[in-house]
Amino acid sequence: MNPGYFTQFVKERQAEGRLIVQPRMGFGGLEEMRAGLERVKQCGVPVIGTITIDSFTRVNRYEDAAYALRDGHHLNGFPLITHGAQATAAMLEGLQGPGFPVQVRHGTALPQALFRALLDSGIDATEGGPVSYCLPYSRVPLRQAIAAWAECCEMLAERSGRGMVCHLESFAGCMLGQLCPPSLLVALGILEGLFFAAHGVCSLSLSFAQGTSLVQDIAALRVLRRLAEEFLPSDIDWHIVVYCFMGLFPRTLEGAQALLRESARLAKIGGAGRLIVKTPAEAHRIPTVEENLDSLRLAYDVSENASYLFDQTEANTLFAEIYDHARLLTEATLELHTGIGEAIHQAFITGRLDVPYCLHRDNANRSRSIIDPRGYLQWASFGGMPHRATRASGPGGAQHAVGSAALLEMLSFNQRKYDAPPRPTACE
Amino acid sequence: MKVVLSSIPSDSHTWNLVYMQLLLEEMGYEVVNLGSCTPVEDIISGVRDHQPDALVISTVNGHGVAESAKIAGQLHSLGLADDVPKLIGGNLATTGSLTPEQVSCLRASFDGVFTGERAVDDFIAFMNRSSRPHQAAN
Repeated sequence: MNPGYFTQFVKERQAEGRLIVQPRMGFGGLEEMRAGLERVKQCGVPVIGTITIDSFTRVNRYEDAAYALRDGHHLNGFPLITHGAQATAAMLEGLQGPGFPVQVRHGTALPQALFRALLDSGIDATEGGPVSYCLPYSRVPLRQAIAAWAECCEMLAERSGRGMVCHLESFAGCMLGQLCPPSLLVALGILEGLFFAAHGVCSLSLSFAQGTSLVQDIAALRVLRRLAEEFLPSDIDWHIVVYCFMGLFPRTLEGAQALLRESARLAKIGGAGRLIVKTPAEAHRIPTVEENLDSLRLAYDVSENASYLFDQTEANTLFAEIYDHARLLTEATLELHTGIGEAIHQAFITGRLDVPYCLHRDNANRSRSIIDPRGYLQWASFGGMPHRATRASGPGGAQHAVGSAALLEMLSFNQRKYDAPPRPTACE
Repeated sequence: MKVVLSSIPSDSHTWNLVYMQLLLEEMGYEVVNLGSCTPVEDIISGVRDHQPDALVISTVNGHGVAESAKIAGQLHSLGLADDVPKLIGGNLATTGSLTPEQVSCLRASFDGVFTGERAVDDFIAFMNRSSRPHQAAN
């Protein structure tokens, strides 16, 4: 039986000081999925295999996934429930092990059936969260998602109690992929981590998606670590996972690779256990296995030779700002109720937590973010969220609206920055 | 002037909807944003309850051609189709650009189809053209 390959593998690589890299990858058929995982396993760097679930299964439309599979239509991921636990276990036979753990990545707001199936397949790691898989992608009421995720955490706890240590990664470091300032991403990560722990999860990870500035991201990862140390129970096993940028991706090979390199540097400097990579195909289509392997190797190589040179003074200033606000948001939520799930629900309903630009009915959507002239993600408006800043950081200091043209500029900030031809150096 | 803004049932993207809401608000419209993965029933009730001056469907996942036909069909069978101008835009087919057949199929049900590089500019021009007489009539 799998005793918890994922948790052990991360612990060992962290002790060696090596970054684990991980793709996003899912195929409809059992054989294709196995072949993809086999190639990832053999890529020659510390790697964890990923099974990404298809979009029908993500929204609990299992019959549609079954039709697609039967009629030979393309699926954009692995329909784990349709294949079933037994077939999935057989697909992983001799592949998953102490040297090659496998994680299921999915995007499901109501994932009870998926959790049951993946655990029955002998898989010990997955990801998501009651907020992070509800607000950005689904129409499920937050209260319902919170109840579903409590149930799922308890399933993981029950399996852990029977000898398979199960790992859960919070997806809260990504809300909407881009334009969410780090103080809120960090606070949501801590809150989901506390939620997981309260429902019996003993091994978890906290995520953070690369933003628009390396030094700001470094500061944010320090805050995430500090708050995890302060807030998570001491008997919880946890690490940090970095996502390569999740927004509009550069179109050129050079630009995409530069952005990936920077995320690997961020992961290394920030002491992350894992990095989830992206590929230069991202702006255009779903990447091939080969493109994923190239990204895994490139990211790992960069992490092994990462320069630790960055503006420490600036990072310290940013750390203080982000820490202050993330802690304030976390505490303002926790004081609402003794039950963490209920506290999170009330925080969103009352607008104490407010994801900028998020259209979900349970999100106030009154807060606004901007990218400031230094390239930092900042609050342009706090909405109803608590803050100690005397002003939001928008140009001119006043709380201000963000127009359609400004939004488009901000969404394509990294694309434009990394696709731009390199500037000639001073001696040219 | 009011617009009901929606996506289609299978599309979970939201940035296009956030952008379109801002754009329409800047043009002076009140926007009822139904959000992503919009069920057909929600679009129907949105049109029925809000009596908008236009229904705008924005979608980028490539299933627009297939799923908008269902939406238009439902509106038609409920007798709501003629009450409201229906506009659709974004990335509407998985192949990228639309075939002539797909375009004529969409045009049969929609008053405006906006796709490709000039989609937003064409949409703005369309809205400016059609809103003036309406405003004058008020």
